Amino acid sequence: MYYLWVFLIGGLICMLGQVLIIYTNITSARILVTFVIIGVLLQAFGIFDPISEFARAGINVPIIGFGASLAKGAISAVRSKGLIGAFTGGLEATAGGIAAAIFFAFVFSLIFKSKTKN
Amino acid sequence: MDKYMEVKKRNEAYNRYVQAKIPKTKAWPSLFNSFWVGGVICSIGQGINDLILLWFPNMAEQTAWAYTLIALIFIASFLTAIGVYDKIGKFAGGGSIVPITGFSNSITSPALEFKHEGIIYGICVKMFTIAGPVIVSGVVASFIVGIIYLFI
Repeated sequence: MYYLWVFLIGGLICMLGQVLIIYTNITSARILVTFVIIGVLLQAFGIFDPISEFARAGINVPIIGFGASLAKGAISAVRSKGLIGAFTGGLEATAGGIAAAIFFAFVFSLIFKSKTKN
Repeated sequence: MDKYMEVKKRNEAYNRYVQAKIPKTKAWPSLFNSFWVGGVICSIGQGINDLILLWFPNMAEQTAWAYTLIALIFIASFLTAIGVYDKIGKFAGGGSIVPITGFSNSITSPALEFKHEGIIYGICVKMFTIAGPVIVSGVVASFIVGIIYLFI
């Protein structure tokens, strides 16, 4: 049953991105940056976790979840390690995703050829 | 002065031409498509997460999410490499950009496209044309949040 929430919340967030594309003509880089910062803010104000509890992947899979885990990592590292946590926490929490994206992109771009230019 | 006016006139004409040529996205169908494609991508993510927790019941929730995102990133990167993700993107717009799969696509796509400029200056440099700003803004914002939490 919670898949309904996942679908609805995830769909709504993505539709919000499409609304931005249609009415402000902003590029995909700006959309991603906007949503990451929204995620950081949601986590900073403690709004993210209550939504995440019922929306689950609906808010964790959109790039908002990436921003939220950056902020979450920074906050918990600051609490456990002090100042150094502000430097290390964010990237530590998101390292898996960033490293995966870089690694797969590198390998696949070595193996495959661009399909757009032909 | 005449020359200046001439250039200005030409620029205006060019801008009108560009405006006329920009493909107009039909609002309602594209909103609907981005909604359901985004919803489906999130549901697939939830499915992967549930499967991981089913197979490894002792795994910490955060680790399971990390594997889920890595799986989605892998799928999106592969679909980009074989040219499928761009088709989804044309159809779904925001539905394919906003999920983490769009982040993965934004790294793989320029890496592939600029492969012909070499491994260092092509793949490694262009990889971050879109992901760079995302990581920079995210790290800066989370750093600021961390510093604020240090004092409260």
